[in-house]
Amino acid sequence: MALLSVREATKRFGGLLANEAISFDVEEGELLAVIGPNGAGKTTLFNVISGAYPPTSGSIHFDGRDITGASPHGVAHAGLVRTYQLVQLFKNLTVAENVEIGSHRVTRGGVFSALFRPHWMQQQEKSVSVGARELLRFVGLEAQADDPADTLPYGRQRLLEVARALAARPRLLLLDEPAAGLNTQETEALAEVISRIHLGGTTVILIEHDMSLVMKIAQRIVVLDFGKKIAEGAPDEIKSHPDVIAAYLGGTEILDA
Amino acid sequence: MTSHAITSTEPTSVGWRSALPIAAVAVVAAYGLMSSDYVVTVLGFAFIYAIFCTGLNFFMGYTGQASFGQSAFAAIGGYGSAILCTDYGWEPLLALIATMAISGVVAAVVGYPTLRLRGHYLAMATFALGLIAYEITIEWTSLTQGYMGYAGIPPLGLGGFELATLKQQFIAIVVMALIGVGVASRLRQSRFGRALASIAGSELAARALGVDIARYKLVAFVIAALYASAAGSLFAHFVGFISPEIYGTSMVIQSFAMLYLGGIGTTWGPMLGAVIVSVLPEALRGLKEMQDIAYTAILIFILIFAPRGLAGLTVLFRRARRPALGKA
Ligand SMILES: Nc1ncnc2c1ncn2[C@@H]1O[C@H](COP(=O)(O)OP(=O)(O)OP(=O)(O)O)[C@@H](O)[C@H]1O
Ligand SMILES: [Mg+2]
Repeated sequence: MALLSVREATKRFGGLLANEAISFDVEEGELLAVIGPNGAGKTTLFNVISGAYPPTSGSIHFDGRDITGASPHGVAHAGLVRTYQLVQLFKNLTVAENVEIGSHRVTRGGVFSALFRPHWMQQQEKSVSVGARELLRFVGLEAQADDPADTLPYGRQRLLEVARALAARPRLLLLDEPAAGLNTQETEALAEVISRIHLGGTTVILIEHDMSLVMKIAQRIVVLDFGKKIAEGAPDEIKSHPDVIAAYLGGTEILDA
Repeated sequence: MTSHAITSTEPTSVGWRSALPIAAVAVVAAYGLMSSDYVVTVLGFAFIYAIFCTGLNFFMGYTGQASFGQSAFAAIGGYGSAILCTDYGWEPLLALIATMAISGVVAAVVGYPTLRLRGHYLAMATFALGLIAYEITIEWTSLTQGYMGYAGIPPLGLGGFELATLKQQFIAIVVMALIGVGVASRLRQSRFGRALASIAGSELAARALGVDIARYKLVAFVIAALYASAAGSLFAHFVGFISPEIYGTSMVIQSFAMLYLGGIGTTWGPMLGAVIVSVLPEALRGLKEMQDIAYTAILIFILIFAPRGLAGLTVLFRRARRPALGKA
């Protein structure tokens, strides 16, 4: 059974059909890319999947459970964790604290355990802190661990967001244009991190405009245009798909990649 | 290597960071005890406000939400303690705890629908809460004695042991304020505290990581109400008399000045701000008609040069020190 199953997902904003009857599956361990021109409905699709708003119609199943219309934090608790197209860091906190918050889903404890600090809580705090440092090393930010998050250069903020999402130990990670605004070098570093996440066994859906990045790391691609899914397949099939080429206005972007 | 650094820095750094503020509080308290009852009264108010602000900091500082209605919970604490102790002969400490419980329940009931509002709407809703409480204290005269206020409230104490002098009560208040800060610091440095901070940082990111935003906001609001209620009760016992104006809008404005001046979102900032804002007008009394101008000028000066509050200045020291350590 597929880890994620999107069935006829439709999202209407007034007169605009941002998503129209989109269906696809994501298998456990897969790296799927979602591409499409600006305004095609990619972010809307992520919002529908992650519970930011319910679909107008259609259904989302995750890990065999119907999560259609579930709350965003409920979806996250089920193991589906997303990042945003615009960086959403906890700027007021340090880099390490940002990642520590990421472990919310996989830790426990509230007011009373915080106050009385039972043994298990102390152990948990230690492993949260150690785990955060490990993830920072994983993305190459260990040297900045104690810096305020907003002092990081933009490219590193993107990496921090990924590290923070990983701290939640997602079963499915949704990345919305993680390479937006990065230079070639930074994009390569990020691509390498995403590949390693995938190799580590995490299922990933990636929205991305950078075609060379997509073609390099994606196993399968879903193409959206004007809210509809116009193609789905392996990178090579997508590259030569006539509808995709048409959608990209002549397709030089894709063919060059 | 890294894990060693983590386990060794955490407890010691927390210890170090609180040693200095605790010593400073001890000095201020000792100064109070050696001074006149008037000075003790001013400092007592300061530490009562410190409790109020430390609680408000959960909601406004850690969680990043605005509440203009916290005075309502101080009023519940103050009037609750006054009525229970004066008319029903309750132990002050029991009344303090009972009214905290009432405040907590009221905060939960009021907060549940209100906290779904955001920004200005939340501010307006909480402001209305404060006004309603104020109106009740004035209008419900059979309960609150209206403008006349409530007199003859007994001093703090428990089980026949009464803190008879002002200075004894002052010590109790300082100790409670320190406990309040200790609790706040522990709660902040935990999974719970991090969840609150994530809401202040970015609600979008917080919920994507599984933080139930509505629930944590509500808990922060309830905790703030518990502190406010305790502060209200302590005030009633410390002064022995309360009236509606004490828990009015000026309390809200005063506490905001304290929070921002001391350092909103920091551990010691609320207490620091409470002491400075309470003591400053007294220290400037010699300036006579210039007093208000000097007071305002100093507040503005501090906010310009320390926009994150006085406690926020310690970040500068830490930042200045770190590169030196790193390269050594
Ligand atoms: N909350 C909303 N309310 C109204 N319209 C919306 C909303 N969100 C998105 N839209 C519209 O839906 C369409 C799809 O937007 P979406 O953000 O999903 O596109 P996208 O594929 O992510 O584009 P980009 O590549 O620019 O990020 C756009 O026309 C957009 O204006
Ligand atoms: Mg988008």
